[in-house]
Amino acid sequence: MLSKKEKKLIKEIWERLTPVAEDIGSDALLRMFASYPGTKTYFSHLDISPGSAHLCSHGKKIVLAIAEGAKDISQLTVTLAPLQTLHAYQLRIDPTNFKLLSHCMLVTLACYLGSEFTPVAHAAMDKFLSAFAAVLSEKYR
Amino acid sequence: MVKWSDFERAAIQDIFSKISYDAVGRAALSRCLIVYPWTQRYFGSFGNLYNAAAITTNPKVAAHGKVIMAGLEKAVKNMDDIKTTYKDLSVLHSEKLQVDPDNFNLLGDCLTIVVAGQMGAAFTPEVQGAFQKFLAVVVASLRKQYY
Repeated sequence: MLSKKEKKLIKEIWERLTPVAEDIGSDALLRMFASYPGTKTYFSHLDISPGSAHLCSHGKKIVLAIAEGAKDISQLTVTLAPLQTLHAYQLRIDPTNFKLLSHCMLVTLACYLGSEFTPVAHAAMDKFLSAFAAVLSEKYR
Repeated sequence: MVKWSDFERAAIQDIFSKISYDAVGRAALSRCLIVYPWTQRYFGSFGNLYNAAAITTNPKVAAHGKVIMAGLEKAVKNMDDIKTTYKDLSVLHSEKLQVDPDNFNLLGDCLTIVVAGQMGAAFTPEVQGAFQKFLAVVVASLRKQYY
């Protein structure tokens, strides 16, 4: 359950991160690959080495999608409808991995935002990313 | 037995030599109680945990944060046999405290985020990988004596 205040805070944070979407996204992905090597199996068709073009563009894609969702959290199911289909029928990423990327995204935010990533912001962001992941997996079965 | 690479060993020792146990212990436990409020079930005797401000300034939370860090330090000092080092702690958590072991991961995640916030860019993906491996071993050792 996200309060009005939390939704506002989440929207503001992702607005600020949109210009550096590539950095944030690729950082979170690299963290996930380093801590959870099993996640690399979904990327055998890409070059995911640090700084690679694939990694940067893919990281950017993910962050921009999250930022888009953050603009109007009450409309997540509408906003994410095409991505729901993509993940369920094409990518078929096991949804447990969404938790792993979410955690690494939080770590990236902690490194990037420092003390600004307060416990309250952390709680709000964790709830938002959980909701995002849940909506993303809705069409799986 | 867990195998540590030179890099992993150095990274973990480095983190623990740099962080303030008081600050990190308090911050990590506070975050856990704030971000995952159901974990408060284990801390009924701690008094006021009604909101984030109360939790972050609660002296019992701070004191317990220190206890947790002291426990982690034992693992850092005995990295090659954390399982044996933690045998009594595991029994304590399962039989006396009766903590659902899934909570260990929640606290571990909060600890990772606190350390990341403190170290900034120095907490690279590789360093994080080593730290998370260490926490995974700690959690597995704490789970060991549950039955």
